[in-house]
Amino acid sequence: MSKTLVEKIWDAHVVKSEEGFPDILYIDTHLIHEVTSPQAFDGLRKRGLPVLRPKQTVATADHNVPTIDQHLPIKEELSRYQVDMLTKNCAEFGVELYGLGHPFQGIVHVIGPELGITLPGKTMVCGDSHTSTHGAFGAIAFGIGTSQVEQVLATQCLLQQKPKTMKIEVNGTLNAGVRAKDIILYIISKISAAGGTGYFIEYAGTAIQSLSMEARMTICNMSIEMGARGGLIAPDEITFEYVKGRRFAPQGEAWDKALAYWKTLYSDADAQFDSVLSFDAADIEPMITYGTNPGMGMGITQHIPATAAQPDSEQFSYQKALDYMGFKDDEPLLGKQVDYVFIGSCTNSRIEDLREVAEFVYGRQKAPNVEVWIVPGSKQVEKQAIEEGLDKVFEAAGFGLREPGCSACLGMNEDKIPAGKYCISTSNRNFEGRQGPNARTLLVSPLTAAAAAVTGQITDVRTLLNHPELA
Amino acid sequence: MKKFERLTSTVVPLPIENIDTDQIIPARFLKATTREGFGNNLFRDWRYDGQNEPKPDFVLNSPVYSGKVLVAGKNFGCGSSREHAAWAIQDYGFDAVVSSFFADIFKGNALNNGLLPVQVSDAFLHAIFEAVSKDPATQLVIDLENQTISLPATGISESFEINPYKKACLINGYDDIDFILNQKEEITKFEQERVSFG
Ligand code: SF4
Repeated sequence: MSKTLVEKIWDAHVVKSEEGFPDILYIDTHLIHEVTSPQAFDGLRKRGLPVLRPKQTVATADHNVPTIDQHLPIKEELSRYQVDMLTKNCAEFGVELYGLGHPFQGIVHVIGPELGITLPGKTMVCGDSHTSTHGAFGAIAFGIGTSQVEQVLATQCLLQQKPKTMKIEVNGTLNAGVRAKDIILYIISKISAAGGTGYFIEYAGTAIQSLSMEARMTICNMSIEMGARGGLIAPDEITFEYVKGRRFAPQGEAWDKALAYWKTLYSDADAQFDSVLSFDAADIEPMITYGTNPGMGMGITQHIPATAAQPDSEQFSYQKALDYMGFKDDEPLLGKQVDYVFIGSCTNSRIEDLREVAEFVYGRQKAPNVEVWIVPGSKQVEKQAIEEGLDKVFEAAGFGLREPGCSACLGMNEDKIPAGKYCISTSNRNFEGRQGPNARTLLVSPLTAAAAAVTGQITDVRTLLNHPELA
Repeated sequence: MKKFERLTSTVVPLPIENIDTDQIIPARFLKATTREGFGNNLFRDWRYDGQNEPKPDFVLNSPVYSGKVLVAGKNFGCGSSREHAAWAIQDYGFDAVVSSFFADIFKGNALNNGLLPVQVSDAFLHAIFEAVSKDPATQLVIDLENQTISLPATGISESFEINPYKKACLINGYDDIDFILNQKEEITKFEQERVSFG
């Protein structure tokens, strides 16, 4: 019987399936971090249970960590408490921890792929909704709640209904200045922040296949922003090339066997999806969001859609979003001053993102009115950036490279955007208060963020692309 | 978890529609790091005034009504998805909630925590409210095994739906973790038989 990629991986992980009951799905890898794990470990303790498979569990500290002076004690009390709890829990339950100061520490969705923990065909979960990032390798990866974290720690399994499947194809060649982030912001703006609800999405088509692994991760990362359970891309030579030789990737004979299996991981030609959507890459321009959900996005040269053009039932919340952002109907965004530029988060903090920003700002200067934060996704990204001299490029432009963590992606650690300020951000959520109480977030690609860093305003990066290779 | 078999109890009536989770447990009480103690703040703002004095006209403060079943108007548990709403109702001492409609996420959270949501027809709901307003000592019987709910005083009875898996969990008194751990042999067998890479 022909199967979709999701079905192939799913079926290979079902421990038990019974009519009227959810499937018992086996989880290959469980990633944990300081915020969603304390109550789960507490639950185990109360039940007197161990972590069933500690070797398939990997922990890091990312959400609450500061991104300067990481060698000093964490100032914020709750953050310090959660990070300390994680250290204690990992020691007690025998879980490997890449905590602060460890050379592998970083955002959980950045370290999995770079260490070769994330592999095609795996099932992976984490108590964080952007776990869908790992789907870029052709894995089933999705976020879970705290009680499910406890479930996986205790049983290495998860009770799950098989999800519906959707295929989103993007075909054709991308325009100048358009990056993976623009593709996904475009898709979400077309299908809305709820358009993928209940589905697992497979991204396909020539425009997707031509993307690097970093770019594919950016796409899969934001699947959750259209309500999907997760997103994935069939593994191919680009995937295998990226995985090969990474620390925990299979080696030698095991590699050959794995590779042979991974090559069977694609949706069969006549596989049935519950829904199929198709987009043309040529229609996409650099994107920006103007509202308070990631579906409120538009091409950077466009004007904000009018409230009256929205469905009746949505006009109230649409208007509320524009008020929050301090924007009006039909306004263009180009030329508006910004206060902060944040380049980071599990969406866009990998080496490729930093290289692109460095290449753009090389020989340019930060605008005086903006504060720029560049936050590498992991210790390894930071190290590589320094080896490549990117930190020097940033310094020359007037801003520094910070230390790894989730940083201003969420207003939970010290890196908060002040009330009322505008932040051009490469992260994934523009919700009210996400980057700090009353902070205003505009989601963009790293390239568009870099353009704002040098002009101090919302800028169409295409007008500044003088390096032909950047186009 | 406690086993749920058959429940015979008086009820606490709350004939209000669209009771959202912010009313059930206001957001300011969500900071705790354990699951206990939320019952004290169940319906906090309806139950207490600004001086933290009990409001005498709210049903939980009434000496007349008590019981293990909360009966509420249509669309119970709408709004934010907080699991704490189910914890609060259960921690207060309720074993079941009856309404003519439940918000989906609340229903899931309730079942996961061993609190039984029973969805009845509008007519049945109305009959309960009427019966208890006449006689607060009216008993309600919920038979989970047979999936029926009845009001012996009036002689009326109705059947209700429940997912077979959740029913098995409630009757056996186990939650998701107990359920999976019961299949531990199958998990080990799965691990041994499958081919795994990395
Ligand atoms: S960077 Fe943001 S979205 Fe990603 S894991 Fe951290 S908090 Fe979540």
